Amino acid sequence: MHRVGMISIWFFIGVLLLIYGVLILGAGIYDLSNPAAHPVVLASLHAGIWWGVLLIAMGVVYSLRFMPRRKK
Amino acid sequence: MQTITAQFPLSLLLQSAPSRLVSLSGVDIAIVVLYFFAVIGIGFYLKRYTKTGEEFFLAGREMTAWVAGLSFLAANLGSLELMGWAASAYQYGILATHWYWIGAIPAMLFLGIVMIPFYYISKTHSVPGYLKLRYGEPARAFSAISFGFMTVLMSGINMYSMALVLKVVLGWDINFSIWVSSITVAVYVGLGGLLSAIFNEVLQFVLIWLGALLISIIGLIEAGGWSGMVARIHHNFPAQDFTHLWRTMGSFSDNPMGIHWVGIVFGLGWVISFGYWTTDFLVVQRVIAAKNLRAAKLAPIIGSAFKMAVPFIVILPGLLGLALLPPGFLTGETQAIATGAHSYNEVLPIMLARYCGPGLLGLGITALIAGFMSGMAGNVSAFATVWTYDIYRALFRKQAPDAHYVSMGRWCTILGVLVSIGTAYFVMQFRSIMDYVQQLFSFFIAPLFGTVILGMLWKRATPQGGFWGLLTGTFSSIGMWLWVYLNPAALRYIALSSQAKPMAENMFRALWAWIICVVVTVVVSMATRPKPASELVGLVYGCTELPSEGHLALYQRPIFWAGVIAFVFVVLQVIFW
Repeated sequence: MHRVGMISIWFFIGVLLLIYGVLILGAGIYDLSNPAAHPVVLASLHAGIWWGVLLIAMGVVYSLRFMPRRKK
Repeated sequence: MQTITAQFPLSLLLQSAPSRLVSLSGVDIAIVVLYFFAVIGIGFYLKRYTKTGEEFFLAGREMTAWVAGLSFLAANLGSLELMGWAASAYQYGILATHWYWIGAIPAMLFLGIVMIPFYYISKTHSVPGYLKLRYGEPARAFSAISFGFMTVLMSGINMYSMALVLKVVLGWDINFSIWVSSITVAVYVGLGGLLSAIFNEVLQFVLIWLGALLISIIGLIEAGGWSGMVARIHHNFPAQDFTHLWRTMGSFSDNPMGIHWVGIVFGLGWVISFGYWTTDFLVVQRVIAAKNLRAAKLAPIIGSAFKMAVPFIVILPGLLGLALLPPGFLTGETQAIATGAHSYNEVLPIMLARYCGPGLLGLGITALIAGFMSGMAGNVSAFATVWTYDIYRALFRKQAPDAHYVSMGRWCTILGVLVSIGTAYFVMQFRSIMDYVQQLFSFFIAPLFGTVILGMLWKRATPQGGFWGLLTGTFSSIGMWLWVYLNPAALRYIALSSQAKPMAENMFRALWAWIICVVVTVVVSMATRPKPASELVGLVYGCTELPSEGHLALYQRPIFWAGVIAFVFVVLQVIFW
């Protein structure tokens, strides 16, 4: 999309991934300190932590790369 | 692809579910709720950019190749795609991958390289609109009405299946799920039209991948990689071959799907696949919204690259279920109802719950909801366009201000959603309605492909030939279905074998319907007067000057990337032979 002033869809995606990443990373860290009574299979991999970090990284990249900028 | 997405007995799924599979934590619910706010927010934001008909119905024809390509694929990822094909993979093994590879890739490349120039250069608003330009009003009216009918039905099926999944997986009330999801889709498509649908489809595409990918990654770690998974499957099911694509296709009785390679190659790979990917307006609409011809040609090629990878998040979880779950843990629906066990159709949420803890579970559930909503929104936005341009404007009000048609499109979106809700409740009454819907879909798609492809590639095809070919192909397909329905012994004539399963019957019936359509079109065209070549400019190969791409570097040309995809496609067939 090249419409003047329109925010890119990739910016929306970046922001959502950033928020999701923070939530999932937070849940993963909480799970680390308070393990569930019935953990999932391969809980030892702590997938929530590294997947949360991945989402945050993607979210930051897309948010910054496609952030709407004001015209000078 | 939607036309043939798995045998997914929805009401049976509900009956077989012993209880909800998972419970969401606070963070999971926050992720799901945030998703709903995001898609509605995007709809409100884009309303200001959809004031004209071109903007509302075709997103201003400003989409980049990537956005159009991802949206093209996401519109197809909806429906029962995720749950249904994961279940099919558990039931039939890797054979289910045919619906993603030979049943999609050649057709998508053909659309991008051969057919898109005519859709794009003719500036049509829709596939029925192309038929109007090529064959005249009768062919357009017939295809528009049949498309509108099918689309609303499919949208309702989508809605009902999503509500059922949420009921089975989370224990949510069906009415609540239907109304919340349909109102959400109505709001964001009604506000921003195709532009909003496409934006949200790209978002949904990303969420589907990020939500479902983890199942395959952790599953492969648990199984000991691909070779470990294959070894476990062979150990669990020594009498059956679940891990080869073509090796067991020599006979109907040698593979769990009960199908022969002729049906897969010609029925699925040619007629149904080409019919769906090149003439179903649900997907074609996303491509003709591209900003220029090169972007329009690249969009399906980009989509095909991702389509080739989708088995990693859909088929692989089903195979992992075969490898890692105890044999017999998942059963057919009838047995599941009788014993209270889990059915094949629950394999994806079961694998999700197996690996995903708080947060990740919410992301996975969001991926499922996103998949269903993208399919529903695709149906609704395509319905609004065809209704407004090809039925309302063509048959009821030819001359009206552009704003009137935009207003009609917005109301029609709401109307389409309401009718879909009615369809969803209608579907609940019929246990086997999915079978009928898929049959209805194949009745119209296969002959339509014959009509469109002849129209584009053969300038001698006449308006009478196009109309009568389409009509005869459609009704002969319905007739063949009726014949087998009333006399099951007729299956050996339609599907060439009395052992053929329903899926094989669909493939062969589609093939016959296409052949009948083509033969009638050719015969009638030879007996009637063709259009002068001057009226075929921009519509037919040989009468249209296609823009040269000679000034582009090799890597910028769509044909180059189509060649790369085709090469990878062939390599995959050999690897998994």
